[in-house]
Amino acid sequence: MDGVDLATVDWARYQFALTAMYHWLFVPITLGLSFLCAFFETIYVRTGKEEWKNTAKFWMTLFGINFAVGVATGIIMEFEFGTNWSNYSWMVGDIFGAPLAIEGIVAFFLEATFFAVMFFGWNRVSKGFHLLATWIVAIGSNLSALWILVANGWMQYPTGMAFNPDTVRYEMQNFWEVLFSPVAMAKFTHTTSTSFIVGSLFVISVSSWYLLKGRHLEMARKSILVASVFGLISTVYAGITGDQSAYVNADKQPMKLAAYEGYYKGETNADIVAFGIINRDKKPGDNQDPFVVSIKIPGILGMMATRGFGNFLPGIDDLVYGNAERGLLPAADKISRGRQAINDLTAYKEAKKSGDQAAAEASLTKFKENQSFMGYGYLQKPEDIVPPVALNFYAFHTMVGLSVVFLLVFVIFLRGAVKNTLMSSHVRLFLGFISFFLAMIASQAGWIVAEVGRQPWAIQDMLPVNAATTNIGAGSVQTTFFLFLIIFTALLVAEIRIMTKQIQHGPEGV
Amino acid sequence: MMNNSRPARIVRFYLDGFRRMTLGKTLWKLILIKLLIMFAILKLFFFPDFLAENFQTDQQRADHVFGQLRQRQSPQ
Repeated sequence: MDGVDLATVDWARYQFALTAMYHWLFVPITLGLSFLCAFFETIYVRTGKEEWKNTAKFWMTLFGINFAVGVATGIIMEFEFGTNWSNYSWMVGDIFGAPLAIEGIVAFFLEATFFAVMFFGWNRVSKGFHLLATWIVAIGSNLSALWILVANGWMQYPTGMAFNPDTVRYEMQNFWEVLFSPVAMAKFTHTTSTSFIVGSLFVISVSSWYLLKGRHLEMARKSILVASVFGLISTVYAGITGDQSAYVNADKQPMKLAAYEGYYKGETNADIVAFGIINRDKKPGDNQDPFVVSIKIPGILGMMATRGFGNFLPGIDDLVYGNAERGLLPAADKISRGRQAINDLTAYKEAKKSGDQAAAEASLTKFKENQSFMGYGYLQKPEDIVPPVALNFYAFHTMVGLSVVFLLVFVIFLRGAVKNTLMSSHVRLFLGFISFFLAMIASQAGWIVAEVGRQPWAIQDMLPVNAATTNIGAGSVQTTFFLFLIIFTALLVAEIRIMTKQIQHGPEGV
Repeated sequence: MMNNSRPARIVRFYLDGFRRMTLGKTLWKLILIKLLIMFAILKLFFFPDFLAENFQTDQQRADHVFGQLRQRQSPQ
């Protein structure tokens, strides 16, 4: 391929991944902890007991620190769009503009008004109004996430738009189709429900630390009680939304599903791999076993992905090399049609430039025949449509495996809080303490599946990452990568120190 | 005499809130440092908007992007 330095593409991807993962350290805590603060305050307003008010104020302070630490870290990603991903930005600006603008406006008004009431309003506004402000912050923060996830969902399943060959842009045709796309909805429900788990485990982790230290025992026990109930409900809900996400993946992004399941040869009633070690020598199309070791549960993957028995689920090989019996086009054909689409688009633009209207219309008609394959015209070979299987498989199974651990943690801690036996086992408290860090691993792993799983696409089937980047030198992207790494690591250290200091102070320090 | 109109009370609410902050002051400093680094250093010197800075019109931008897309087409 001419005209693009693949090192630039890789560094732009590393930088975006680093920024997104950094941003995602804070967001799930905000989304989950905001609701827990609302629960604590609701109990205070209903019971009138000061201890619940102190509990609510303490967690609200940690919520405020996390918010301050995380705020604006996502803006760097918008900078990167303009600098590193200018082709992408140009092509999708019309679609991305609306949800991101709504998110910005909602966030601004939310922060300027109800955050202020939440933090400045104790004893200055009525109890009811303060509680309302806390709930609006919780609901508003989560709705704010909706718009980002709608934008992300559109990249995974572009819908409600049309390509304008004159401006070379995808233009929104139906806002509601973009908003309510099945991928966007699955993404929103799964991301928020798993963030509730992260927020709950944050509370359990800090509370367990207090119990291990023998401090703030009553507040810690009550906090664990509320967080365990919320976490338990959220884990069950996350299981349902996760199942829906996999179902949507099977329908809209079957390659992603096949990659995170390590599933190569399509079959009916496909088995699910509960545990496995990937065979690193395995390549698409060969006859090697994808796993060195695996434990499979018969029929479950097919049933979950197709919502029925006896249905065929395509694997990596079917998607790469095609399956005539199942009506699956080989990727080689898609690449060929994609190249044809680019040629026809070029012919259209040249004819238009020279004023040959008839030739322009003929080229445009031909272009539209293959337009949906245009993104494939930038790929070198059929195997390029396969994302990194091992990374996806391990990230996905880490996330799912840890979610089972979290379910057990919530059950164990709920039982301990109800029976008032939390102090009886230091092992349990240690498990509670580390559970938050495990939640962060699971949460990051989830995003690895979401984003690495859709490679090579910046926009599914339409624009691969190697066509989406700006034609700038890899050196300049490397410079900003390390600059960002150094500056934000320093900020992170400072911020973690503030958070841990406040936790050490406890509720008296609020 | 204290002005008790609604706008005045809202302004006082914010002013008092900011004045009474303890930990909040540190957090605001952190936010301001972060915003300063992001907008006055990173955005200004390291993250230019490539298309906005290098082209005058949308037509030029569209032509540039299309030229890039053509260049990156895989060989036939």
